[in-house]
Amino acid sequence: MREFIYRSATVTVALFGLASFQADALDIRVAAASNISRPMKSIAAQFESNTSHKVLLSFGSTGMHYAQIRNGAPFDLFFAADEERPERLEAEGVAVPSTRITYAIGHLVLWSPEKDRVDSEGRILVQSSFEWLAIANPKHAPYGRAAREALESLEIWDVIQRQIVRGENVAQAYQFVATGNAEIGLIAYSQIRRANAETAGSWWRVPQSMYTPIRQQAVLLKDRPAARDFLRFTSRNEAKKILRDFGYEVPTERDAGGK
Amino acid sequence: MIEARIQLNRGSFSLDAKLSVPGRGVTALFGPSGSGKTTLLRAIAGLDRHADAYLKVGDTVWQDRGTFVPPHRRPLGYVFQEGSLFAHCSVIKNLEYGFKRIPHGSRRISLDRAVELFELSPLLDRRPTDLSGGEMRRVAIARALLTSPRLLLMDEPLSGLDLERKGTIMRILERLRDELDIPMLFVSHLPDEVAQLADHLIYIRNGTISAEGASEDIFSRLDLPLAHEPDAGVMIRTIAAARDEEYQLSRLEFDGGIFMVARDAGPIGRPVRIRIPARDVSLTLSRHSDTSILNVLPATVEEIVEGASAQVMVRLRVGGSLLLARITSKSAMALDLQPGKGVFAQVKSVALLDET
Amino acid sequence: MLAENDLSALGTTLRLAFVTTLILLLLGTPLAWWLARTRNRCKVVVDAVVSLPLVLPPTVIGFYLLLALGPRGPIGGLMERLGGQSLAFTFAGLVIGSVVYSLPFVVQPLQDAFTSVGRRPFEEAATLRAGPLDRFFTIAVPLARHGYLTAMVLGFAHTIGEFGVVLMIGGNIPGETHVLSIAIYDHVEALEYGRAHLLSGLLIVLSFLMLLPVYALNRRYRMGRVS
Repeated sequence: MREFIYRSATVTVALFGLASFQADALDIRVAAASNISRPMKSIAAQFESNTSHKVLLSFGSTGMHYAQIRNGAPFDLFFAADEERPERLEAEGVAVPSTRITYAIGHLVLWSPEKDRVDSEGRILVQSSFEWLAIANPKHAPYGRAAREALESLEIWDVIQRQIVRGENVAQAYQFVATGNAEIGLIAYSQIRRANAETAGSWWRVPQSMYTPIRQQAVLLKDRPAARDFLRFTSRNEAKKILRDFGYEVPTERDAGGK
Repeated sequence: MIEARIQLNRGSFSLDAKLSVPGRGVTALFGPSGSGKTTLLRAIAGLDRHADAYLKVGDTVWQDRGTFVPPHRRPLGYVFQEGSLFAHCSVIKNLEYGFKRIPHGSRRISLDRAVELFELSPLLDRRPTDLSGGEMRRVAIARALLTSPRLLLMDEPLSGLDLERKGTIMRILERLRDELDIPMLFVSHLPDEVAQLADHLIYIRNGTISAEGASEDIFSRLDLPLAHEPDAGVMIRTIAAARDEEYQLSRLEFDGGIFMVARDAGPIGRPVRIRIPARDVSLTLSRHSDTSILNVLPATVEEIVEGASAQVMVRLRVGGSLLLARITSKSAMALDLQPGKGVFAQVKSVALLDET
Repeated sequence: MLAENDLSALGTTLRLAFVTTLILLLLGTPLAWWLARTRNRCKVVVDAVVSLPLVLPPTVIGFYLLLALGPRGPIGGLMERLGGQSLAFTFAGLVIGSVVYSLPFVVQPLQDAFTSVGRRPFEEAATLRAGPLDRFFTIAVPLARHGYLTAMVLGFAHTIGEFGVVLMIGGNIPGETHVLSIAIYDHVEALEYGRAHLLSGLLIVLSFLMLLPVYALNRRYRMGRVS
């Protein structure tokens, strides 16, 4: 009897497995923020080798993705650079309810490609001994907003206005600094962190107390098992390790859910 | 006055011309189409720069191995074919263009004089697009003249005009020739035009200059391809002597006799040029009075040259002038024509070159 | 109706278009003139180079400009050696980018206009004692008038719509490099769709009003009346 149950259970599970294989062996379309392109590619590759799914990644600005999704773009998942856009999609009923999670937490750093430019306490900001400071646009980019908050905490936001140059996103802010057009920039730690090598230049990690944490959230758009699987996968340890390697903080179990 | 030597090779066309243009009167660059006339004219004006060219005007060298005086520094007037004008300027602005650009002291023709000479007053405010072909031509010539040039160059000044307009322009050009002291050099392929206007001819063919000389001489030469053209014939200068109103005949006197023409030759004393086509001249050995041909002149055979299709060209001396006759070889044989023989030339038609 | 920021963006945009067009007319005239008249073999190369901004993505132009203006780049390095300020994030830097970006839109209409004048009017003028510069101003420019109008309007309109280049080297500085196209982009990113609509509408109307007379005049010109 036990053997019969055991055997039928195995067969059933196998059948289920088979069935799910056939039903979900479709591509998963993911819209993801440009700043997580590198870790996301690794995570997707890992996922693909573990399962039989294929992940199609589209990187871009969160604002553009939001607009596209609102107008019917066929994405299954949305990995944003902030919380606001996923929140909106949920509130507007576009996203699948109760699927919003924080998948990564970004950190702000002040960076210069030159070795001894930025001191370990970021005093250069207050001393104002630079021509241009690059930040992302505080109006709509999460890292820009964080930069502004940090500068306001330091009480130099108004003073420093004439020296601020805005990139449309943190990637642009990075470009400005990397090409030497701006000497320093408030950018994402993930942009300068190298997994296998020492970080080039000099930087100061802006204390978390100075700005609202940059919680990058994801949300499910189409309720498909394969998509759900991928979303779940990004919270798994393998994925978390990848994110950490790329300089992101990963949420603990406590703050993994939506706010 | 002008000495030029131009050598150029342009694909299948080559030009090797050495010429001199007198400093007075009207010279024609005359020859069939494609012979290089316009090329030569443009080279003299400096519009095309050729490597192998030499040009000396008066005492000044305009072009040489190492020298090239650009066209805007050459004191020439140039009338382009079809009399092209500046489309974005009114007639008066066109006229003023060159006039304004020469110093006061050098202006030998005033604007008013030019307007009067060319009858341009009603046209002054018009645009070139509103002008007829003849009107455009007049403006173009006036415009070139208003730079008080030392030499006026004209490229086929009468081409594309109907008979009446041609007459008008021709009259203007004749007036210029007779009243102004500006030497002219013009290009044409029509013998009648050349005969009427030019005193001096430069005959060019296939890129080389075959002959140069006074018009009368060139037209009467038998050694040039000119003599073998269908409308070959001489040009003779005459003076209008009398008018027979009853028979509507005019009497023209020249240094070999008289011609009677059934045309109005204008006021007495007026110089009249005529052309006599060789095919309209026949020869007899004795004078016939029972003939309808009015003009029969005693002449002496000077030279006989064989032509195409069993014909010969005969050059005759009539007093101080020359006459050409084209007759069949057979007739020449029958009349036993030889140089020195006395004959009578019967001139069937005389073309008056300046109809009033 | 328009927020202050947007108003300033409009002002910066118009200033940029104006300065760029002016510079392009000055630089473009001799270039277009040479291209129209020369028989030199290099002409085809220059023609192709001038046409490059027609096919290159503006971000490419902007990217290379970013590098060139940087301290390690040819222009930035020169500026540094001359003791001057870096041109990145400045209005002047944008002007350089815009001049490159809108070059063919000014040069090509001018070149076409000069070519259509032909040789004859210049020959006539030369025989009427006009030297080369004289011929240029009294013959070429008046006869190429319609080309100048087209070049001006196209250059102006094209610069007004510039985005890619400004994106790369602008730095979004209000009053200096914050232009209309960037402002629209920012509004969209910040989910301020109302403002985005307003500015986009403005841009469309502006461009249309500029292009209309050009085409109307070109039609008149083609029908034989030289305006």
